[in-house]
Amino acid sequence: MDLTLKIWRQKNKDDKGGMETFQISDVSPDSSFLEMLDLLNEDLVNKGEVPVAFDHDCREGICGMCSLYINGEAHGPDRAVTTCQLHMRKFKDGDTIFVEPWRAKAFPVIKDLVVDRGAFDRIMEAGGFVSVNTSGNTQDANALPIPKVDADNAFDAATCIGCGACVATCKNASAMLFVSAKVSQLALLPQGQVEAKRRAIHMVEQMDHEGFGNCTNTGACEVECPKGISLDNIARMNREYLSAAIVSED
Amino acid sequence: MTKLDSKIPEGPIADKWTKHKNDINVVNPANKRLIDVIVVGTGLAGGAAAASLAELGYNVKAFCFQDSPRRAHSIAAQGGINAAKNYQNDGDSTYRLFYDTVKGGDYRAREANVYRLAEVSANIIDQCVAQGVPFARDYGGLLDNRSFGGVLVSRTFYAKGQTGQQLLLGAYSAMARQIGKGKITMYNRHEMLDVVKVDGKARGIIARDLVTGEIERHSAHAVVICSGGYGNVFFLSTNAMGSNATAAWKIHKKGAFFANPCYTQIHPTCIPRSGDHQSKLTLMSESLRNDGRIWVPKNKEDVEAIRAGKLKPTQIKEEDRDYYLERRYPAFGNLVPRDVASRAAKERCDAGYGVNKTGEAVYLDFASAFVRYGTEKAHVEGIENPSKEEIIKLGQGVIEAKYGNLFQMYEKIVDENPYETPMMIYPAVHYTMGGVWVDYNLMTTIPGCYCLGEANFSDHGANRLGASALMQGLADGYFVIPYTIGDYLANDIRTGPISNDSTEFIEAEKEVKDRLEKFINNNGTHSVDHFHKRLGKVMWDKVGMARNEQGLKEAIKEIRQIREEFWRDVRVPGELNELNPELEKAGRVADFLELGELFAMDALERTESCGGHFREESQTEEGEALRDDVNFAYVAAWEYKGDPKDEEVHKEHLEFKDIELKQRSYK
Ligand SMILES: Cc1cc2nc3c(=O)[nH]c(=O)nc-3n(C[C@H](O)[C@H](O)[C@H](O)COP(=O)(O)OP(=O)(O)OC[C@H]3O[C@@H](n4cnc5c(N)ncnc54)[C@H](O)[C@@H]3O)c2cc1C
Ligand code: SF4
Ligand code: FES
Repeated sequence: MDLTLKIWRQKNKDDKGGMETFQISDVSPDSSFLEMLDLLNEDLVNKGEVPVAFDHDCREGICGMCSLYINGEAHGPDRAVTTCQLHMRKFKDGDTIFVEPWRAKAFPVIKDLVVDRGAFDRIMEAGGFVSVNTSGNTQDANALPIPKVDADNAFDAATCIGCGACVATCKNASAMLFVSAKVSQLALLPQGQVEAKRRAIHMVEQMDHEGFGNCTNTGACEVECPKGISLDNIARMNREYLSAAIVSED
Repeated sequence: MTKLDSKIPEGPIADKWTKHKNDINVVNPANKRLIDVIVVGTGLAGGAAAASLAELGYNVKAFCFQDSPRRAHSIAAQGGINAAKNYQNDGDSTYRLFYDTVKGGDYRAREANVYRLAEVSANIIDQCVAQGVPFARDYGGLLDNRSFGGVLVSRTFYAKGQTGQQLLLGAYSAMARQIGKGKITMYNRHEMLDVVKVDGKARGIIARDLVTGEIERHSAHAVVICSGGYGNVFFLSTNAMGSNATAAWKIHKKGAFFANPCYTQIHPTCIPRSGDHQSKLTLMSESLRNDGRIWVPKNKEDVEAIRAGKLKPTQIKEEDRDYYLERRYPAFGNLVPRDVASRAAKERCDAGYGVNKTGEAVYLDFASAFVRYGTEKAHVEGIENPSKEEIIKLGQGVIEAKYGNLFQMYEKIVDENPYETPMMIYPAVHYTMGGVWVDYNLMTTIPGCYCLGEANFSDHGANRLGASALMQGLADGYFVIPYTIGDYLANDIRTGPISNDSTEFIEAEKEVKDRLEKFINNNGTHSVDHFHKRLGKVMWDKVGMARNEQGLKEAIKEIRQIREEFWRDVRVPGELNELNPELEKAGRVADFLELGELFAMDALERTESCGGHFREESQTEEGEALRDDVNFAYVAAWEYKGDPKDEEVHKEHLEFKDIELKQRSYK
């Protein structure tokens, strides 16, 4: 395949940045989107130019490191995949493809297509955990049976990879889907119940503090989420949060 | 010559760990606040260690090269984690897990370490559940188990095909809690580029801030390396793109011995290669071998027809299929250990029975599992006289619930629906059993420098059993290092903060800077990847699934030559003081080019076959790996002497007191 790429280039966080056009040929339809960018970069290195920086690591849709806005969609045109799982067979020979970084106030661009998602970590640090220390005498794992539906729902929420596509997609740049997934996971399990309300309050507070926008229920995030994290989580979190806000003594 | 002291405690194997914990020094809580510990890596090993050490009260500085600790490569582990809980009442026990692991490792692991691993395994599951890790459960609300290769019990705990993700998010949340409390200072997007020794002890590291390019000196009373495995020395592997050996290799060059570098695991169930564009290979979890049957056609004509696209695998009759693992290993069947399964696939493909265009693929078929589960489900749901289609549909639903994400991953990559046609798989480099040599306390041969997780050599001998790496990483991080590090640090309570202004730090920093500048100013003609791919090809062709003397000697020569060319001709664009992925890769590949040579030297020296290390010269009449216990029942620990070719080998002799040394058999 031969393609025209229009890619966001930005030298560093202070640079203004802009789109740059590249031509690329002999792309295998079986290659992944990132392998296509590898090819471009190999070309650039051979020409003595600076390659395009982008984040990636596992290349199998699980680490949450890759993050591209492709033709106006987070993780590109395919559904339920991350950019690293997107294959070039989804495009046509001769296509022009636009590639941009996540855009959100809380995710500043570091270079080219690489953004800083540290805000997500800080939200987790505010309460995304169960307060239990490591010890060799925790109670037996089977001492507390958990209904299978709760365990399964908790698992589904826990599959969020922290990629940030939901934020990039949302017109308000809200992080509700991400935050609610963690709040839900832990609220559904007896181990996490104890701190559920406190957790919801602290994580939401931190989210607001980081400059993410409000959730106006457009549902765009659910559509673009590569892991199919459901809007139900947001409803569940709102319940935790509202009831928590009423009784909170913190 | 430094003598290797494994520091194995005295006494019966079942009492060693308890006795050791009672005997060693502890640091009192008030004094822990005066002590700094650096943890490099935030995977299961590093994440668990950092969180646990911080909970104890130490000041922890943790480092990872990704943008968040949650993205360490452990996140990608799929199938599960072992623990001797015996919830299934199928006869599991600490001893059985210990025995299976030593046998699975082809009797090349240290008994005492493996026993301890089995002993703490049950605690791991309790700990993870307490953190909110959503393991799979049955309708009674209790934890579910599956089986992995090389064992006859069901002891593997799992969270669909995302077990590593769930365990790592558990460790990450424990870290997040300590970061929030200020007990861990987290350095994301930082790469350790050297260890600093003061008076012979590890007292800090030199790291590069990958965003600003700044070189930083970090001091501490002890350094814990948890940087993962070195499978990417093969270029193509199931490891993440960034997985690398640099941290381990740097401590090696400063005095930490490197053990058994040639022990590599080639995983039997990976998606086959499709072309030169490929940047990595994708694992299809071993758990699939619980339900999938592996086969190739019996007749060459069918193979030809399939390759030509004239025949579909589903059209081949049952009697014309060769379920070669079931045929050769009736007792374990499709669940033989990985090394055995990989070699058997290679044997069939080398004989001309490979089922894709490259001739390097075999089938993994779920058709009979669909029927088996579908029938059961129909029963449970009270469907009378279900049609064959209904049964298959029900069965597919069960399989989807178990492995849905893996089937989806397969379909996205291969563009075929594995519910309708068997998967194609082929072995790929996956895990490295070799690594930094450590004693029973997980300390390397550098005092104060520890090594945990896949980066060390300790528990898996010459072959790792499935679902045991996650177990080891978490055992090391949650339950071993928190005790053993205290024994060493007890001597440091009056030391006070370590200065990072000493000549040792300044010199180490300069060395790092000089090397980075050399890359940038080299102005060669080829990219880093160009050299990495060449190295990978030599490794795969000559130091891969089957090795022989001539090939290994050639490999050593060729790797040396590629290394020499690399330093002369590599081109690294961009600048030092900015985010520069090419520069990061250059440093990593430079280290792989040294490690690769040692790897081949180690493989050459070990003329026996054992586990994942298969020397063609040493096999039984049936083509199974043939060990030589008289001459090779030892750990080869290599000491760096200025150049890979001058490395000197030290031998730690392995004693088997609790398990009888036997030729492995899975028949
Ligand atoms: C696809 C796949 C599936 C697997 N499935 C299973 C399974 O089902 N069950 C099982 O038991 N095992 C499985 N394994 C093996 C297992 O996942 C790994 O062995 C294990 O997770 C390694 O953990 P670790 O903590 O040692 O290292 P990693 O998780 O690899 O972490 C390494 C850490 O070190 C950091 N790091 C490395 N170098 C530096 C440096 N120089 N400076 C700073 N930081 C650095 C990285 O940023 C990272 O945080 C699988 C492996 C793969 C590849
Ligand atoms: S909710 Fe979905 S889109 Fe948002 S961070 Fe998690 S996985 Fe990514
Ligand atoms: S690179 Fe890991 S999710 Fe895409």
